[in-house]
Amino acid sequence: MVADADVAVRTSEPPRLRVVQRLHVLYAHREILLNLVRKELKVKYTASVLGAIWSLLNPVVFLAVFTFVAKIMHSSMPSFPVYLLSGLLAWNLFQVSLSTGARSVIDNSNLVKKVAFPREILPLSAIGVALVDFVLQTSVLLLFILASGYGFHWPELALYPLSFAALVVFATALTFWLSALNVRYRDVQHLLGIALLVWFWLTPIVYSGFLVQDAFGDRSLLGVGLWNLYLVNPLAPIVLGFQRALYAVVYPAGMPNPVLPPVSLGWLAGVLAVVLAASVLFLLYTWWAFFERSGDFAEEL
Amino acid sequence: MTAAIEVGGVSKKFRLYRDRPTSVKARLLSSRSRAEDFWALRDVTFDVAEGGSIGLIGENGSGKTTLLKIVAGILRPTAGTVRQRGRLAALLELGAGFHPELTGRENVYLNASFLGLTRKDTDRVYEDIVSFAELEDFMDNQVKFYSSGMLVRLGFAVAVHVDPEVLLIDEVLAVGDEAFQAKCVERVRRFQRDGRTIVLVTHALDTVRAICDRAVMLHRGRVHAIGKPDDVVREMRYVLLGVTDPNFVPEEGTREAEIDSVELIGASGPVELPLLRGDPLAIQVDVRASVPVDDLDVDFAIIDGATNYPVLDARTSANGIEIGPFDGRKRVRFRIGGFPYKAGKYWVTIGLGSRRTGRLYHVQTQRYTFEVVDAPRVQDRMDVAVDVDVEDL
Repeated sequence: MVADADVAVRTSEPPRLRVVQRLHVLYAHREILLNLVRKELKVKYTASVLGAIWSLLNPVVFLAVFTFVAKIMHSSMPSFPVYLLSGLLAWNLFQVSLSTGARSVIDNSNLVKKVAFPREILPLSAIGVALVDFVLQTSVLLLFILASGYGFHWPELALYPLSFAALVVFATALTFWLSALNVRYRDVQHLLGIALLVWFWLTPIVYSGFLVQDAFGDRSLLGVGLWNLYLVNPLAPIVLGFQRALYAVVYPAGMPNPVLPPVSLGWLAGVLAVVLAASVLFLLYTWWAFFERSGDFAEEL
Repeated sequence: MTAAIEVGGVSKKFRLYRDRPTSVKARLLSSRSRAEDFWALRDVTFDVAEGGSIGLIGENGSGKTTLLKIVAGILRPTAGTVRQRGRLAALLELGAGFHPELTGRENVYLNASFLGLTRKDTDRVYEDIVSFAELEDFMDNQVKFYSSGMLVRLGFAVAVHVDPEVLLIDEVLAVGDEAFQAKCVERVRRFQRDGRTIVLVTHALDTVRAICDRAVMLHRGRVHAIGKPDDVVREMRYVLLGVTDPNFVPEEGTREAEIDSVELIGASGPVELPLLRGDPLAIQVDVRASVPVDDLDVDFAIIDGATNYPVLDARTSANGIEIGPFDGRKRVRFRIGGFPYKAGKYWVTIGLGSRRTGRLYHVQTQRYTFEVVDAPRVQDRMDVAVDVDVEDL
């Protein structure tokens, strides 16, 4: 029997997800992904006077506002803007990926109904757009760190790629799941808005992670330490990782208390590795679920 | 010859929901949604040979587009299998993914990538696309400023520059003005000459007859007729009139005498070009008797394509012509002094029979066609009296 790779067979059975093969398919269609990301960025910025500067403006304004707020409130945290932005930019990437990704399939229903292409490209393009903004905004932060004389801290910076990988994989996994679910139940995107609001405050972005660790201390719920429970939210260790990588200083000079949880770099790296591994498994699951359902998207929209 | 597309026993069931919960809230509150099954396709089987061109016709809702979407891989069949060989491009919509805020150039690249072209491929054919669409001066304008005609031209231009082995086309040939349509049809013919496989879904039955070498007619989700475009189109026209004949036979008879050839002759030779209204028309029937027959009665009927009613018929016997026992060949010519009926398509049925025994030797139902157009509106000069008078005021 001659294996004919050129024959496409379509049956009633949903095709099995074969990861390597599917990655090849996605790679073959990368042009669509790139074009969709390019399109989104163009559409977002062409009709505006400032163009991509809008994206940069966001962290700049945040920097200004929070520096001001920190001054007013006599916040004791030194270099609060660096602390805030190192966590907030990671959160922005997560939030934008999820909220635009969840809508990606239904927003492109016309394409889904008329063109055959790997549907994963739609949520992936939403993540791609969020990543471009993330890179722009992060470069503002890095410039600020350099220009303000805050500087980089070398061993800590090694946590950055690990935190970033865990964040992207986790966000992708959730986006696959939400975008498929949103095809069936349209209020997923509204629930998501509320969930993200709660989630934001469950994550140590605006407040100090150490405060949580300190408050929860050794207390436990049903035998599980509250601090450990807090870290079950994958965004908590991820954001702590970003902060440790960029803000880096656990015990700022002249502060009675640490700002970041005083955990060892190795411990944090270990937690992040676990988060990354769990996210990869989660991604495989949501990808499979997305793939199974994607054959019916054209029908359900 | 291998098949480029094999459709085997394909069925497609849609669930039509009445109050389908489209939100989590509704899902939690409502007990169950009522759904009805609707079979858009039932057990559809046919092949398309490599390099073949097949036309899919049928009324609205007969399942043509659903079938095309299944072949394209957009929908999944409920049962059955589609095997498809070779690179496929499906044109279900011109300019899929066109975004109004992007320029013509950007949209070309975006749309082309959906049809499977890489950036490099698109670079190579970009100039051709632009000149085909005749939009050289507009490529850097946002397409929201395009007219609908320009959009359609650009969409088609991209589509025909994709280089697929199998091309699925849904109703997109009927776009643009006549000149552009001719260009599109010419393109499709070039695909055919290059040995591409084409599946064409259309309501334009003439396009099917002009382009396809085979046609499939779907009726309520089933294959109703399959075969030569002329025959299937004829059957389709019956169905459109509400006359569904499951035993449709385009040709019937004992074949003791056979219609050898039929020629429709206008004022200046065979009518390939449209006939001017009021021009003479001759129907020339060559008959061959394979076995000696006792008598022969030849008749014809001309059917108006717009209404499907016969407008004119005649037979040899009614004109007092007896064709006695004969074998071999005979030529019968019906001459119509001036064809008076209005512009449009007409179909011709030819029949051979026996007056005495009432046997039908051979009938070809609406096999032949011709078109009538109105004479150009430039009027001849005539002598018309003109009175003149002059008055003092």
